Amino acid sequence: MKKLPKSITGSLGLVAVELVIFVLFWKLIPHGGFATWTTIEQLTRHSAIVMMTAIGMTFVIISAGIDLSVGSVVAFSGITAAVVLKDHHSWILALVLATGSGAIWGLINGLFITKLKVGPFIVTLGTMLIVRACALGLAHEQSVYSPHSHLDVLMKPVLQFATPFLASGVWLTLVAAMFFSIILAKTRFGRRVIAVGSNESAARLCGIPVERIQVLVYLLCGFLAGVAGILSYSQVTYGDPNAANGLELSAIAAVVIGGASLLGGEGTVWGAVLGALIMQTIADGTTQMGLPHWVQKLVTGCIIVIAVGLDRWRSRRAQAKAA
Amino acid sequence: MSGIVKRFGPTLALDHVYLQIYSGRVLSVAGENGSGKSTLMKVLAGVHFADEGSMTLDGKPFAPKNPADARNCGVAMIHQELSICPHLSVRENVMLGNEKHRAGWIQEHTSDQLARAALEPLGLADLDLGRPAKQYPIGVQQLIEIARALASEAKIIILDEPTSSLSETDVVKLFAVLKELRSRGAAIVYISHFLNEMREISDDISILRDGQNATEGPMDQFTDHDIVTAMVGRSVDDLYPRSNRNAGEVLLTVDRLAGEKLPADASFSIHKGEVFGIAGLNGSGRSELLRTIFGLDAVKSGQVRVGSFSGRATPNQRWQEGIGFLSENRKEEGLAVKLSIEENLVMPKRPKAWVLERQEHESATEWVQKIGVKCRDTHQRINELSGGNQQKVAIARMLYAGVDVLLMDEPTRGIDVGSKAQIYQLIDELAQSGKAIVMVSSYLPELLGTCDRIAVMHRGKLSASRPSAEWSQASLIHEAVGASA
Repeated sequence: MKKLPKSITGSLGLVAVELVIFVLFWKLIPHGGFATWTTIEQLTRHSAIVMMTAIGMTFVIISAGIDLSVGSVVAFSGITAAVVLKDHHSWILALVLATGSGAIWGLINGLFITKLKVGPFIVTLGTMLIVRACALGLAHEQSVYSPHSHLDVLMKPVLQFATPFLASGVWLTLVAAMFFSIILAKTRFGRRVIAVGSNESAARLCGIPVERIQVLVYLLCGFLAGVAGILSYSQVTYGDPNAANGLELSAIAAVVIGGASLLGGEGTVWGAVLGALIMQTIADGTTQMGLPHWVQKLVTGCIIVIAVGLDRWRSRRAQAKAA
Repeated sequence: MSGIVKRFGPTLALDHVYLQIYSGRVLSVAGENGSGKSTLMKVLAGVHFADEGSMTLDGKPFAPKNPADARNCGVAMIHQELSICPHLSVRENVMLGNEKHRAGWIQEHTSDQLARAALEPLGLADLDLGRPAKQYPIGVQQLIEIARALASEAKIIILDEPTSSLSETDVVKLFAVLKELRSRGAAIVYISHFLNEMREISDDISILRDGQNATEGPMDQFTDHDIVTAMVGRSVDDLYPRSNRNAGEVLLTVDRLAGEKLPADASFSIHKGEVFGIAGLNGSGRSELLRTIFGLDAVKSGQVRVGSFSGRATPNQRWQEGIGFLSENRKEEGLAVKLSIEENLVMPKRPKAWVLERQEHESATEWVQKIGVKCRDTHQRINELSGGNQQKVAIARMLYAGVDVLLMDEPTRGIDVGSKAQIYQLIDELAQSGKAIVMVSSYLPELLGTCDRIAVMHRGKLSASRPSAEWSQASLIHEAVGASA
């Protein structure tokens, strides 16, 4: 019997949760105001930045690490894009430098963690502040306004049923999710990331270059945060040094809702993407209902605890059955 | 390998050690814990670098940079600690570090075939290759790790205490595979604390003591006594001391106890001043029985009576009733390895809500001296101690808490012969002083040597107990595998 791969079956529960929440808001909001194409299109745009960041965060968390600096990296990369556009008017250069700077911050994180043997929580807590400071410095603590360019198109709202249905930035996010979920499941690199997170000493004894894998994982996470920075720039079409404050926690929450364990070894890219979508659905839904901001936070918090609790309970039962 | 020197800081772990490994032969490397045998093997497998000395493999100089390098040259090692990635599938664990790939993409089909071929001789042909390794019991995980070495087609296979978590039947399978590999010309280096295992599988033996070569030669030229003497550097005359014990009143009674899964049905009672042994295969429910008695696992039916108490209890209540538990899993469950001796000792019995450091220190020092734990002082961290000394701390902890009944699960697992002898001595003294001891062990000579009565666990059912003198190794195994009489 050919079974569906775990990456798909594991995500079905999350799809169901997303649907339940969506239908709930659809019924609660008068005149079916939530189930419109505009709302859905907007929802995907709103969640794309966290999704993109959460893809990288998935790899970090599976390797039993954590990256608290991604929010700051998103802001730095957005500022970089804006500054380059303002001074050089080249959107390609902006794209390369913005994503490249994200990758470099990731590389710095990875090198600090592996070479100095400082825990990832501490290192990225430090770089979170450092990178934010650099973003503020680069922007002279002000918003950086830049001329229009092709980068603006990424997060431009798409008119109802006009091709390509979703914003190009959203498509980019979905393609990235597809690509990296295959990387995780089908390549030697992906397997080794899981091995390192599952049992680091075993991985080392089997001759896996643990440090190199860790550096690559943080590099990847930084790079994707850089891409998310471009999306974040595109959303407002100017550089905001205070953008993406607290984004790291949303990304971590998305990954965890998606079934990852902070102890490493577990997690899927699609789970993280759905986790981000679920949180954004709650945010948009409560906003449309006109509920105050604190209600939205309350609901999101409860969802995180309940989702993760249920998931652990299920896996414990599955394990008890297997043994 | 010749003239190998390895230093860890000021400690000289290996002092000009030499070793010759021949293809088509099995070599046992014996020695007490800390004698340097594991270090020597790690040098061979590329985990550690030698500070001095050289190695040659098939006449060529051999200096592996890392484990992967050593494995590519045909040296594979099965480590003492279980090296399984619990979340990865069986297939991925077998192929770990040696993944078959094309430009980074895993070739699933080839991997499946190779993994299957490596698992088959171990009797694991039916294993679901796609299932995560954590869903299989420890014994199977150990075999998966052995399959990993087989899959890499190694010329030299090093096994560092591979049988510590295997059942008797799995050991038989493993030995059959090793003999098959030997006949195909592989060289096997075998490390074990079990003399009978070494004798069964090895052609040659090399004994290390304090980081130096003690002696070596063909296995059949050594008697057990010779080997033990060479290992400890002195003659160990009586491994299992047993003074005359007088059984007193009943301390613990277990009546038709059943847990959620295991044990299925166990009854026994134990008296003051008695050592009660439980034999059986791995997975027969021995550990589960102790855990259920201690309140760690849920009771489904049956009774546990401790003195005047009866009924279910949490581990906390059990401590108060005077029952102590020694886990088989010393590092993960038994002791907090990063804390000091002192902190571990006082754990079950904090005197007051406030931590009284001076009082703790005094009582810890007293127990460390009484039990004979070799350490710098009581502030030393557990993971800096040898296995034998760690176990002594775990036993001292039960005594510090003032228990009368000691439940010990594999009290001598993974510790060297010298320390084992001390643990046996300790157990005897405890029984002498009126404690009751329940001891689970897979090592039959130690059960026969230390216990007054022994019962055998088979598929969750505990047999009636008989005095040790009425058992033999053969009859215990017979009972454990459930062969009809």
